[in-house]
Amino acid sequence: MSELLRVEGLRKSFGQLAAVDGITLTLDPGRLTAIIGPNGAGKTTLINLVTGGLLPDGGRVYFKGHEVTALPPHQRVRKGISRSFQLMTIFPRLTVGQNLLLPVLARLGRTHRPFSALEREEEAWAESDRILEDLGLLDARDEPAGALSHGDQRLLELGIAIAPRPELCFLDEPSAGLTPVERATVMELVRRLSERGRTTFVIVEHDMDVVFSLADWIVVMNRGQVLAEGPPAEIRENREVRTVYLGEEFE
Amino acid sequence: MDNIAFQGLIGLSLAMYLWLLSAGLTIIFGVLGVLNFAHGSLYMVGAYLAFTFYGLLGLPFWVAVGLSLLGVGLLGIIMERGFLSRLYGIDEAYQLLLTFGFILILDDAVKIIWGGVFKIPPIPEFLDGAWSLLGRPFPVYNTFLIGIGLVVAVLLWFLFERTWWGRTVRATASDREMANAIGVNVPRIFTGVFALGAMLAALGGALGTPVRVVAPGIGAAMIIQAFIITVIGGLGNLKGAFVGSLIVGILSAYGTLFFPVFELFFIFVIMAVVLLIRPQGLFTR
Amino acid sequence: MRVNRSAFQGRLTSPAAWALCALLLFLFLQPAFAGRYSLYLTIHILILSIFALGFNLLFGYTGLLSFGQAGFFAVGAYVCAKILIAVPSLLLGLVGGVLGAGIVAAFLGFLSVRHTRVYFSMLTLAFGMMIYSIAWKWRDVTGGDDGLVGIPRAPLELPGLSLSLATMERYYYVVLVVSLLAIWGMHRLVRSPLGLTLQALRDSETRAAFAGVSVRAYRLIAFTIAGLYAGLAGALLPPLENTVTPPIAHWSYSAEPVLATLVGGIHTFGGPIVGSFLLYMIKDIIVRFTQYWLIWLGAIVVVLVLGFRGGVVSIIEQALQPRLARRVERKAGTERKAAAGRKTK
Repeated sequence: MSELLRVEGLRKSFGQLAAVDGITLTLDPGRLTAIIGPNGAGKTTLINLVTGGLLPDGGRVYFKGHEVTALPPHQRVRKGISRSFQLMTIFPRLTVGQNLLLPVLARLGRTHRPFSALEREEEAWAESDRILEDLGLLDARDEPAGALSHGDQRLLELGIAIAPRPELCFLDEPSAGLTPVERATVMELVRRLSERGRTTFVIVEHDMDVVFSLADWIVVMNRGQVLAEGPPAEIRENREVRTVYLGEEFE
Repeated sequence: MDNIAFQGLIGLSLAMYLWLLSAGLTIIFGVLGVLNFAHGSLYMVGAYLAFTFYGLLGLPFWVAVGLSLLGVGLLGIIMERGFLSRLYGIDEAYQLLLTFGFILILDDAVKIIWGGVFKIPPIPEFLDGAWSLLGRPFPVYNTFLIGIGLVVAVLLWFLFERTWWGRTVRATASDREMANAIGVNVPRIFTGVFALGAMLAALGGALGTPVRVVAPGIGAAMIIQAFIITVIGGLGNLKGAFVGSLIVGILSAYGTLFFPVFELFFIFVIMAVVLLIRPQGLFTR
Repeated sequence: MRVNRSAFQGRLTSPAAWALCALLLFLFLQPAFAGRYSLYLTIHILILSIFALGFNLLFGYTGLLSFGQAGFFAVGAYVCAKILIAVPSLLLGLVGGVLGAGIVAAFLGFLSVRHTRVYFSMLTLAFGMMIYSIAWKWRDVTGGDDGLVGIPRAPLELPGLSLSLATMERYYYVVLVVSLLAIWGMHRLVRSPLGLTLQALRDSETRAAFAGVSVRAYRLIAFTIAGLYAGLAGALLPPLENTVTPPIAHWSYSAEPVLATLVGGIHTFGGPIVGSFLLYMIKDIIVRFTQYWLIWLGAIVVVLVLGFRGGVVSIIEQALQPRLARRVERKAGTERKAAAGRKTK
């Protein structure tokens, strides 16, 4: 099975702080991976480096065999890598439907069209409506996205992340700030999408229940480096990991 | 050769006005995140106030400069506390629009209060005259300016590197929330920094009073050059502002010598070149 | 005609449609009953409307604040003037002015769009003043501070038809038709996929980038179109006034579309047009009392920015749908704060 993502010796420092300190990692397609680690371990920085939000100080990133280390984010999206954000970013003044229409139009290469009326973009609307249905937000299509509840905005955010039909999708703390019910909805959606097989998800999470119930593979980070990686059962037994998480429950 | 060196020194003294203006602009941006479009207007008000105290009321030069600093400092506090601070949580575009509105207000206000162009008052006696430099008479006043500019540079360095206040300001600049969390009174720091920046601009304007024309619109001309300097030096970068001012000031002087009509355009070309090859500024990491 | 309404609700509500028809009727029939000065004023309002529409595509729709649009206005005006002096064809002059402004905008935009928004705004002010200094100094080409004079109001040369525009009425109709076409074009644009993409940039450039949109490319597109519109507005001026002078490139002239849009309303399509009209009315009133109208305009900017950021149109909107508007505004505010806090470019 050929690897989807390969990261070699990735490094990134902010001033004196080495946020990511030499990470080498591969991700295989079809395996839902969770990245866990204490705060400041460098998880979000790693996502930024892989998806294009930051340029590394050293090291390389390969996606499906091609180097993408210095590629700007929008080009990585076109290649098949996408992400969602920890602090939600949606398009608040656009309607819910338009929020999804944009990444779909981008995928179809139609964002530059200046004269065709938006409502005539049937293919794009059909697809965004499908995603809306998956998210359970179809009846909110014409509402301004900023007016949605927090949990629904998180779902929308997820929708925007999967709309480009990525092969690799990073979800940065997708359940943060959600009520247990909302969290369950989001996680159920991720599980469903993952099972469809088109997208390989990588989730950064703090909630161990979620991690151990969803993940096929876990990567543990600490202080900018990979501490351990393996299937959930292995990680659960790993002494080093237990030490790092001393005091935390992860049964 | 002597000609060129001499013109360079003229440029150096001109650069000092730019340095004082850019220092304040870049400090305000570095700490508050606000690009104060009205900074040139503060320079202008500084010039007008100094002119009033020194030229019209006959007060000693130093006193006039000091009063001008106080006056503009107060104006800066009012601008920041009373108006700008209400927009901090919102889109920066509105902060820019606000400062743009201030330019309109201040530019007309000086016309209303002081009328049009003014005569230049005499140079204070102890700064008058010239001394021989490279075989030509170099004005004492220009030397004085260079001195003041260097002193300000050293003082600012000392302020931000060695004093408690300066370090607090730097901490606030790099991480506002953290500073707040450890008990720093962030709003007060902001007001203080804005006032400092305003006073630096005023100093530039006030020092220009005896030798340059005091007129509406002098602020606008200066602010454009200050913008170019911040492009070259990097926004928020004090060292960059200093070197940038030197570059723009000296090149301006050469521009006047070699391309008399297009000196301003020449500077714009420099800015465009920097934008093309090193957009973050020559001194930003 | 609200920006944040779904594309499916593109139809105008009945009262608005009626009002629009009445306005169009008035505009087309005006020469029959109005005097020369009234037509002259309307032409100026239309010119400012085109100018402000372009500005607002950049600001209200894309989130980029430019203080240098007057530079492109001036390029349009000067290029048109030079063409008209050489070749008396209004069409050629207009096309030349628009293209000239567009080319300059594309070039300066290329230098400016790769920066943060604050930097961008600063650069626009600097570049606008650069054009001003060129207009002022390049005597041989621009006439320096005397400007260009004796510009003919050239006839409209279309294939098979040459229409003399000697009277104010005739020129008024030309400007009216051109304006309506420009407005219609902009209206189509903001309702197109391109319009959606630009609005996405306004709401969250980061999210747009990670949704597959090249932020730089689309900023440049928006900037160039704004430049084209500024150029068109500028090109309509020389045949009217028969002279072109440097002040139209000055930053205080860049303030005009900014003010018009602020007053009328940033978040709606018609805001800049309403604002252009209101701005002329306001200036007309202020000038009766004092020559110092900049200070009053500055005060208006301050008041609007502090209290009425959506302009006149949003005041009306808020009166009709207060709760919804507030919630969206609050979320939009948090987005901007988060974006400002994140130091990504």
